[in-house]
Amino acid sequence: MNSIRGRLLAILIGTTLFVWIAAITWIYTSTQAEVERVLDARLTEAARMVNSLLADHRIPIRDDATSSKPAIRAATKVYERQLSCQIWSLDGTLVARSESAPGLPLTKAMEGFSEDIVDGETWRVFTIENPELGVRVMVGDTLRMRDRLVGDVVKGMVHSAAVAIPFLVGLIWLSVSHGLIPLSDLACALSRRSANELSPLPSAGIPKEIAPAVQAINELFGRVEAARERERSFTAFAAHELKTPLAGLKTQAQVALSSTDAAVHANALQQIVAGVDRTSRLVNQLLDMAALEASDVQPCSSDESLNHLVNSVVADLLSLASTRGIAIEVDSSKHDVRAKVEPQFFILALRNLLENALDHAKSVVRCQALDQGQWVRVVVEDDGPGILEPELERVTAKFVRGRNKSMTGSGLGLAIAKIAMARIGGKLTLHNREPTGLVAMLEIPRQAA
Amino acid sequence: MRILVVEDDPLLLDGLAIGLGLKGFTVDAVANCEDGRIAVGMHSYDCIVLDVMLPDGSGLDLLKELRAAKNCTPVLLLTARDQVPERIAGLDAGGDDYVGKPFDLDELAARLRALARRGAGRATAYLEWRGVVLDPAALRATKDGVSLKLTRREFAVLRALMERPTAIVSKAALEEALYGWQEEIESNAVEVHVHHLRAKLGQDFIKTVRGLGYRLAEEGA
Repeated sequence: MNSIRGRLLAILIGTTLFVWIAAITWIYTSTQAEVERVLDARLTEAARMVNSLLADHRIPIRDDATSSKPAIRAATKVYERQLSCQIWSLDGTLVARSESAPGLPLTKAMEGFSEDIVDGETWRVFTIENPELGVRVMVGDTLRMRDRLVGDVVKGMVHSAAVAIPFLVGLIWLSVSHGLIPLSDLACALSRRSANELSPLPSAGIPKEIAPAVQAINELFGRVEAARERERSFTAFAAHELKTPLAGLKTQAQVALSSTDAAVHANALQQIVAGVDRTSRLVNQLLDMAALEASDVQPCSSDESLNHLVNSVVADLLSLASTRGIAIEVDSSKHDVRAKVEPQFFILALRNLLENALDHAKSVVRCQALDQGQWVRVVVEDDGPGILEPELERVTAKFVRGRNKSMTGSGLGLAIAKIAMARIGGKLTLHNREPTGLVAMLEIPRQAA
Repeated sequence: MRILVVEDDPLLLDGLAIGLGLKGFTVDAVANCEDGRIAVGMHSYDCIVLDVMLPDGSGLDLLKELRAAKNCTPVLLLTARDQVPERIAGLDAGGDDYVGKPFDLDELAARLRALARRGAGRATAYLEWRGVVLDPAALRATKDGVSLKLTRREFAVLRALMERPTAIVSKAALEEALYGWQEEIESNAVEVHVHHLRAKLGQDFIKTVRGLGYRLAEEGA
């Protein structure tokens, strides 16, 4: 299993072991060098001392080597008989030797440091030649003894490591566990949550290492919450927009049923007819919206004549316009304006804009396709009240209706136009015109077109 | 009984104005929060019918404003969002009743009468004074068990007086109870209606308080 605790433990224990081993190795080599230096100095010193004693004649040089007393004795018990001393005459007779010294010469070297094997034992020897007395003084110790010295130091280290490392491992384990508490707390807090709980995690007191994770989680929660909120508000708006005309229809029907006044009766029935028309348009728009939202951006390869599309949409709306006493003027360009658009989406956007214009216009709606360099534009103008400036941004959202709303709108038309334009890579822009009215533009970029 | 309806849907607003008018209410109809705010500032209503989703804001915000301004007019919330959490939010914001769309016009009228009754601190649906009984729901009146024939306006004047029998009701207040904004107030209309009522109920039933208005006569006066 991939565990942070496991990884941390492995890394910490590994590095601890490495440091210990490195320390032991370093101490081993440095002790070895130091021991060699110190013991070599002692050999030199001892040899010189013996030599000077001989020179002062304090030690008689006797031929009887076997009865000789040890010239130098080590004091300590543990490292007893560290040094051995031999005094040879220059012609090769053993003049004297210490107790621990073998009977054979410790070295074949005439002078200075040397190493030799005598009786299977490696000796380190310092030799001084005294030509005046005709003797050669050899002081030596065994390498075995030197190795033991170094070995004892390292052994002490290894023993203490053997005791300390299990303790260290325990401490590391505890520290890692303690250090990981914020993580396990976070995991705990997340696992306790229900699917609906999307409030942000508390960010106060969070260690800075996991703060980015907490922040990312909170941002995700925020996005999910926003999406759910949009979903909820869409449902709420849809419910409002569908149930309100139903309530209106029912109320008008009840008015018609309960009134005996012919004028009231006729008015109620007229309102019902208008209400049914409006509701059916709303249902169509909801279906258009659902279809649009389910669709993706659709690249279109065929070059469409916008003039042709405008004319066909306008033709569909002429009867509606005439019943309202509004003229639709199509400004037919001198030349054909063409663009690569998915006709289904373009028609949807244009029809909603024209219907919106017809809802608000006083007497005339103008529609025009323009080829303007980088952009191909279809402009729809009306002479209605326009949209209040602060509302211009919002009216393209679903179900948003401005203050100057029509009797028949649902708040979906401009939203549909906007989404449909986005699907074909264009955009919808709105602005008020002087002295009154709204200009709605469907803009299609040339490169996308 | 004068009520304010705040509803942005023209079809429903028209239906409510006419339908509730037929049920004996005097209805002022507005289509957004802003106009509602102005209307509440201008008149004192017996009841307000308030849509929650309005084009220039939430009806609940308007409601909270009213309550913050110590306006205790009963408010009936009208909304498509009639799930339990929304009902709770509406009632907690200061609403007195909650009706989900679509609704029944008769039920809405009954709820409005109940709200107005409770607002006036009465226990029964009927208004009674000296043998005259008014049934606001059926728009019927009886005197000593005999049915009276009253016009809608006569009924409205009588109801306004019988709601607070011993209090003096000014001519202007009676006109307010009679006419919504859309209606032209006829001069002397109140006098004419009182004259007709006296003819039907007895000359001493309604007293004129000179310079102030009208009130119902006490027992044995």
